[in-house]
Amino acid sequence: MSQEEDFRKGIKEIYHKLMLFFSLFIIAGAFLLLYVLNPNLNVFNAKENNYVETPVIELDEDRVENGIHVRTGLISADGLMIVVNNCTNCHSAKLVTQNRMNKERWNATIRWMQETQNLWDLGKNQEIIVDYLVANYPVEVVGRRANLTDIDWYELKD
Amino acid sequence: MNGINFNHLKRRNFIKKATLSSFATLIGSEIVFGSKMFEGYQPIALQDPDPFKMFSKNKEMIVLNDKPWNIEAQAHLLDDKITPNSAMFIRNNGLIPENIDVRNWTLTIDGESVNKEKTYTLNELKSKFKEYSYQLTLECGGNGRSEFNPPAKGNQWTVGAVHCAKWTGIRLRDVLDDVGIKKDAVYIGYHSSDVHLSRDPYKEPISRGAPISKSLQEETLLAFKMNGKDIPLVHGYPLRLVAGGWPASVSGKWVNRISIRNKIHDGTKMTGTAYRIPCEPVAPGDKVKDEDMCIIESMPVKSLITFPKSGATINEGKSLNIRGHAWAGELVVSKMEYSIDFGATWNECQIELPVNRLAWQHFSTSINFPKKGYYEIWARATDSQGTAQPMILPGWNPKGYLNNACHRIAIKVK
Repeated sequence: MSQEEDFRKGIKEIYHKLMLFFSLFIIAGAFLLLYVLNPNLNVFNAKENNYVETPVIELDEDRVENGIHVRTGLISADGLMIVVNNCTNCHSAKLVTQNRMNKERWNATIRWMQETQNLWDLGKNQEIIVDYLVANYPVEVVGRRANLTDIDWYELKD
Repeated sequence: MNGINFNHLKRRNFIKKATLSSFATLIGSEIVFGSKMFEGYQPIALQDPDPFKMFSKNKEMIVLNDKPWNIEAQAHLLDDKITPNSAMFIRNNGLIPENIDVRNWTLTIDGESVNKEKTYTLNELKSKFKEYSYQLTLECGGNGRSEFNPPAKGNQWTVGAVHCAKWTGIRLRDVLDDVGIKKDAVYIGYHSSDVHLSRDPYKEPISRGAPISKSLQEETLLAFKMNGKDIPLVHGYPLRLVAGGWPASVSGKWVNRISIRNKIHDGTKMTGTAYRIPCEPVAPGDKVKDEDMCIIESMPVKSLITFPKSGATINEGKSLNIRGHAWAGELVVSKMEYSIDFGATWNECQIELPVNRLAWQHFSTSINFPKKGYYEIWARATDSQGTAQPMILPGWNPKGYLNNACHRIAIKVK
């Protein structure tokens, strides 16, 4: 065998090994991706675990759908990211979205969090945050007793 | 051991490790910095997003908050006479403790008013003192908050932050007898192993308590068991103070220390406006100074229709069986009524005596409707002192506590 042939064979071998390595790499990547998209690896009943609103995966952390910031459930409007960055570190955004307060009471709540809950000084952001809250989660007047709403009608069997 | 919940947390770690090594096998080499990558970081794909599985709760429970976890029942989930874990509301002020070491768990009794500080292991508590079981009604002070107007800040509980489970443990008073408390003892305050939301180790998420008189009641327990099993982690495993009839926040979870105080306990959520209402009634929306707020003690009279679920449609001419529970804090419910005409007329219905003091009582009746149409069934309990539930919201208070307005369900007759 000539030296050239030997060299060629060597190259080919390396080429094949590299190809094998890369294919394995791609397969591994595919598995990883599958695992990320479907952590239980149950391809057939993937739908089963979907009863929680919390998104399992957020490829785009700050995706907005139908006017809602998907990761937190907050309404997408002016000041959203400042609210996300300052108000969802310690507690869930759900504590924000289920409340209705005016400017004065939100400010008092922020003061309370600063005095007792280690919330930092919000500086200029405080006004942006409070404006966002009162604009997007306004106080609704419901009176002394509201009508029953969202009734889920069903046939009562004996 | 506390099977499901604990295993669940452990399993997560196992999956984490297993996943890491299987990735490594696939790729054919160790993931460089793999261990670093996962340290203190839960990859989003491995997070357990399912609180119902994690806490063994019915899937119809309502998640109000996921950091901290706050979950409530709906009325129809509370139909059992003894509430099963699956329907028990979860109220947390901080983060659920991780890595509880039961073998080394101790309870320390200290404070200004003990003769000498004393520490017990769990086994000592279990073997030294007599065991008792009681069904005890625990209702969150803020149950019903969502209805207040102007709205009150906090988790917006509707009707489902109440339960009556069977608790088994030892009497706190037997332990206090053993320790020896001074005559000047006024209050007890519990301390627990939960973690503050800010993860500041010097802050307690909650440290409340009760006057000595409540602490010495026969039914005030240091409980090890709930409904015959180890208390689920989220409900206070391995040791919970249980004081029925008072705001459930008095019943401290994961208790490891109880201080006997010579003054009203001043722990987190004892002071300011927490679990307090105006000492004198105020108009809706009024500002109330901290010093004019008084601590909530016994919870007010209240009831819940647990069957049928609101929204039932029945045929004309059929009678409808309803049932539910009523409770009255330290008192007994002596009368139970219902109305199908928005309170114009009331009919009395059967109410059982409580199985023990501080347990909720069960009512049931059969209702006939005069004609087709939309109805609401309103339930109204009256306590042994003659105080009934209001049909509209009771006195407004800044934090939205103690809404004991009548519960109602919608019915259609066709």
